[in-house]
Amino acid sequence: MSAALNLLRRDLGLLMPGGSGGSVLPLLFFLAVAMLYPFAVGPDAQLLARTGGGIIWIAALLAAILPLERLVKDDLEAGVFDQFALRGISEELAMAMRLVAHWMAFAPLLLLATFPAAALLGLQGETTRTLLLGLLAGTPGLAAVGLAVAALSATMRGGAALAGLMVIPLAVPILIFGAGALARPGPSALLLTAAISLGLCAVAPFAAGAALRAAREN
Amino acid sequence: MQAQLTATDIACRRGERLLFRGLSFECAPGEALHVTGANGIGKSSLIRIIAGLLRPFAGNVESTGTMGLVDERLALDENMPLGKALGFWQELDGCCSPANAFAILQLEPLLDVPVRFLSTGQRKRAALARLLNRGCQIWLLDEPLNGLDDQTSRNFEALVALHCGGGGIAVVASHQRIALPGATVVAIEEYAA
Repeated sequence: MSAALNLLRRDLGLLMPGGSGGSVLPLLFFLAVAMLYPFAVGPDAQLLARTGGGIIWIAALLAAILPLERLVKDDLEAGVFDQFALRGISEELAMAMRLVAHWMAFAPLLLLATFPAAALLGLQGETTRTLLLGLLAGTPGLAAVGLAVAALSATMRGGAALAGLMVIPLAVPILIFGAGALARPGPSALLLTAAISLGLCAVAPFAAGAALRAAREN
Repeated sequence: MQAQLTATDIACRRGERLLFRGLSFECAPGEALHVTGANGIGKSSLIRIIAGLLRPFAGNVESTGTMGLVDERLALDENMPLGKALGFWQELDGCCSPANAFAILQLEPLLDVPVRFLSTGQRKRAALARLLNRGCQIWLLDEPLNGLDDQTSRNFEALVALHCGGGGIAVVASHQRIALPGATVVAIEEYAA
């Protein structure tokens, strides 16, 4: 248990903005999309209010891809997971902790940034609330998909670009239900988003751990 | 619990090539093993098989006791100061007095230097410090003398001798000459497929 906390503390130190591997770039990217969208489609308030939520979802999805390049690769190349294995720390535990740290490094800031983004797009209070809840339910799933893909592509040349492409189709269910919640009243779409997220979070550490072990063989 | 390391009839395949086969050895507490051979013959692969990081193509390895590995990969965060980067592993390993190892390996002046600025030899010394501070029973060392100066090499040989004297096991893979009194030599050429 204390080993898990040690791992989490290290991962947070690495991934948080201000840490050696972290950056505020995903956040700025997210805000930039919300800022540019009204310029692109024009100042039609009704159109912005109707489509703004979906744009924020797309921005969140793309922002979640940005940190993937350094999420697993550096530690794999440095032999960190080999040293863990010799200490009896499984790849699954290491990946579970990294999932938590990865989510904490990008999602809370993204949720905060949703307020200025919603204001820029002129979203109503009710829409903003649904959007926030949806992002809260969906971002763990995005983080899980990102982690599994980052681990799978860590040993490939040009893996980062490929990771981005691989995340997009896997994230589509989250996007459908998460953004779909904006169009339908009632909590069912949000609950489905949360269910998909939970499923992905449960599977991701095992998929990523297996990917790390497979990476040793080549 | 006494350290014990036994390898039975192991073979190693990398890609399509069979590197060696039929390799067996047994290490009792206090014994050292010197794995020799030319580049690319499978020394590092043997070390990784013993560590359990690579599956042998045939045969099996049995071990009792905690294992520590020092290879060419440092596993320290490049952007952190050395002291902080090693600190993570000390906490993980439950080491309470890291200063002794730093003194032996002359790392004290380097503790504030970010890892990425360290030279090859200094990196090796940092990895050895982590090994010393963990206090494990079986040392697996892959080319430990790479980059070390003469003085540190002698110190390192003394450290291995002390470790074995205390009932530990050391497996050292090196193409360099290294003084390991009483070590069994495993020349991988003899098992080459």
